[in-house]
Amino acid sequence: MKARVTVTLKNGVLDPQGKAIEGALRSLAIPGVESVRQGKVFDLELSMTDKAQAETLLRDACEKLLANTVVENYRIEIV
Amino acid sequence: MRAAVLLFPGLNRESDVMRALEMASGVKPTLVWHAETDLPAGTDLVVVPGGFSYGDYLRCGAIAGRANIMDSVRRHAERGGLVLGICNGFQILCESGLLPGVLMRNKDLKFVCRMQHLRVERNDTAFANQYAKGQVIKVCVAHGEGNYVVDAETLDRLEGEGRVAFRYCDSQGVVGGEANCNGSVNDIAGVYSSRFNVLGMMPHPENLIERIMGGVDGRGLFDSLVKAPARAA
Repeated sequence: MKARVTVTLKNGVLDPQGKAIEGALRSLAIPGVESVRQGKVFDLELSMTDKAQAETLLRDACEKLLANTVVENYRIEIV
Repeated sequence: MRAAVLLFPGLNRESDVMRALEMASGVKPTLVWHAETDLPAGTDLVVVPGGFSYGDYLRCGAIAGRANIMDSVRRHAERGGLVLGICNGFQILCESGLLPGVLMRNKDLKFVCRMQHLRVERNDTAFANQYAKGQVIKVCVAHGEGNYVVDAETLDRLEGEGRVAFRYCDSQGVVGGEANCNGSVNDIAGVYSSRFNVLGMMPHPENLIERIMGGVDGRGLFDSLVKAPARAA
């Protein structure tokens, strides 16, 4: 089973890297970009076949390591 | 004072802090590899030095913060033992849950490496008893991720409980503005745990212990630790 975990900064947390990317897009004259927030994507291969079990495990992985929940949110997708 | 200095792959300030500890206490600290499960018996102080543990992969301090040895550091802190985290060590203590908050990328995205003044916010702790309250000390900073962030509720609690150890200031002791080198909330350079036995700080006191290095203001912190009563079980 494959899964994707997306980790993003919570609203209100300053994202200087996102701001720099936003500035770079502007300098490339790519129109219509209002703002940029950057984050991380983790693609995981899981040995189990049970979807609910996989979600529980991934939530644990996010809480323990993949995200710092002080400043980050995470989203789990089984793909 | 028996000190244990933790070593994770990628740290690079362990020799500096061991030298500072030995100079202050006359006792050679023990270097403890991260895969160990126990601290040396009778450890009074655990130091997590600076550097780039695990190449700062995932988040600064995230992987080291979950290493085997951190469980025994947590137990040591619960017993009232002293823990000091400097720079990457501060990031590791935050990631391990020993201190609140997180160190984010510096506000202007630049790695900052310079001399830095700090205001000592209180001097009734194991880490600062050889300084005066409000004293301005000159140490140095060298980090890319030192921008201290906490949620508003935790920040209120930290300020209310007087848990800010040091704030970034200029040579006159004026806090904030240009003196805040990384954008940290409330100009926070170091924080204590709720029992004041754990200190995390971004600046490097261990590098300002000899005149040849440009000052000795960092010595006070190590002298304080030597004067502090042993609290570990």
